[in-house]
Amino acid sequence: MAVSMNDPVATGVPARRNLAGSVVGIAAIIVVSVIGYYLFPNNLALLTRIIAIALLVLSIDLVTGYCGVATLGHAALFGAGAYAAGIASAHYGISDPLLMTLIGALAGAAAGLLSGLIILRAHGLPQLVLSIAIIHLFHEAANKVSSWTGGSDGLSGIAPNALLGMFEFDLWGRTSYIYGVILLLVVFILLQVLVRSPFGMLARGVREDPIRISAMGASVQSILLRMYVVSGVVAGIGGALNAISTQVVGLDSLSFTLSAEALVMLVLGGTGSLYGALVGTVAFMWFEDVVSAANPFHWLTMVGALLIAVVLFAPRGLYGTAAEVARRFRGRRG
Amino acid sequence: MSALFEVSNLNKNFGGLAVTNNVSLSLHPGDRLALIGPNGAGKTTFVNLVTGNLQPNSGTVRLAGEDVTGLNAMGRVRRGLVRSFQVTRLFYEMTPVEHVALAVLQREGKSGRMVGNFRGMPGVMEEVRDILDLLGLLDLADIKVREIAYGQQRLLEIALALALRPKVLLLDEPAAGVPQSETARIEHALDKLPPDLAVLMIEHDMDLVFRFAKRVIVLAAGTVIFDGLPQDVTQDARVREAYLGSYANAGSAA
Repeated sequence: MAVSMNDPVATGVPARRNLAGSVVGIAAIIVVSVIGYYLFPNNLALLTRIIAIALLVLSIDLVTGYCGVATLGHAALFGAGAYAAGIASAHYGISDPLLMTLIGALAGAAAGLLSGLIILRAHGLPQLVLSIAIIHLFHEAANKVSSWTGGSDGLSGIAPNALLGMFEFDLWGRTSYIYGVILLLVVFILLQVLVRSPFGMLARGVREDPIRISAMGASVQSILLRMYVVSGVVAGIGGALNAISTQVVGLDSLSFTLSAEALVMLVLGGTGSLYGALVGTVAFMWFEDVVSAANPFHWLTMVGALLIAVVLFAPRGLYGTAAEVARRFRGRRG
Repeated sequence: MSALFEVSNLNKNFGGLAVTNNVSLSLHPGDRLALIGPNGAGKTTFVNLVTGNLQPNSGTVRLAGEDVTGLNAMGRVRRGLVRSFQVTRLFYEMTPVEHVALAVLQREGKSGRMVGNFRGMPGVMEEVRDILDLLGLLDLADIKVREIAYGQQRLLEIALALALRPKVLLLDEPAAGVPQSETARIEHALDKLPPDLAVLMIEHDMDLVFRFAKRVIVLAAGTVIFDGLPQDVTQDARVREAYLGSYANAGSAA
């Protein structure tokens, strides 16, 4: 079989470009994190919160962006991780932060499995309604078992030990922040591997045409359920990070509002790309913080105006549109 | 010799309407069978019954001796009964390489892997290249499918089916929507199908049917009215009645 020299398959160019893209992405996360650390030393709690929410948004991206499942109940996975990590510390004295994170990840996976089993039975609008029902059920359940969760008062008494026995969780939130950045990097690198794996390709196929996927002999349902569990792990880690850094877990972590806001962040940044999830979270939470300080009365109006502007003028989201423009620019030059 | 693929006495009613009426057919390895019929003859229903998207009211579908009537579409694909679609069903944001690789990985049970990339998996890339080369798609290997021509998308449909290494291939109007100037490419691709593969083609384009098929079955009003050689089909009185009769009766029915 004759293969010409400029055959794109033979040169393996896409694989190499992917690798370069990953390195740039990881470097960008580190640079932004370092800048954040030095620019806002008194605001590290907010930055850590952004990282925790970014993990939730990444988690939604896996099922919504990559697989096409619409959900307004994804905070169930985040909240499960937060409560599990919090309860482990407050009730069982398991206060090693790494162990708490692991417990959060497992609880998130379990919540992902459970809500996946229910949500994936429906499609389209009924699916969306089921996801809303789930977050309300989780919320109510956490409210009822107040002896475990603290109910509407929130779960307190979480006292994480020093990280690796060396780094105390200090009052300024430096340890939390650095731990959060490391968690985000690890998750981001693993997700980069995942979305390029055969399974990641299969998931993109499900989003585009589930009937074609089953005509290949693959089970759409099992692909989606597996992705839900993976996304539960990611959201659960985010929840655990939140519990560790704030040392309190409230019912708001299991709320419809958080689910919806996180979905909005994803749309703002751009679905179907890990960078879109990160950009959307940072942009939304930063904007929210700035405008709520500048105008405490009308800040929600401004957030709404921003969203309308993005949906109208950059329907692929901030990152998605920027990437598209960059691609066109490159195309014109090349 | 027992048949590789055997449909026996298949019936399907929608309400009181018998859309598939006691249809039987069988395929042996290497067969090239075309199923034709006027609009509304029940071809699409037949395809859905055979592939497992619809359950029949009665009758059986057997594949390599095994009764697969109770299996869903996925189970039948895994046993070697693969179809292509009348209207192209592809992943428009993905490239031909990714399409074929996905099918190869799926066949080998590697599609669920969460680490690694198919480009680094031994054997996968070679096979993908061979299949794309066979169908003349190698030049388009890394272009998104939404940017390639419809005729080439039809070829990719066939490539996907081949990558699953089927025993029985069901081609649902492989030339549908392809401009006349490009049907030769489809024909050329069909010539290259593995010789021992059993192929059932549903097609409207009679030129393609005559060149491809060694046997023709005509379906009309859910019933098989002809089963024989391509050269005899146009001479058959019942076939002529089925194709032309609907026009002849249209006036009196009004």
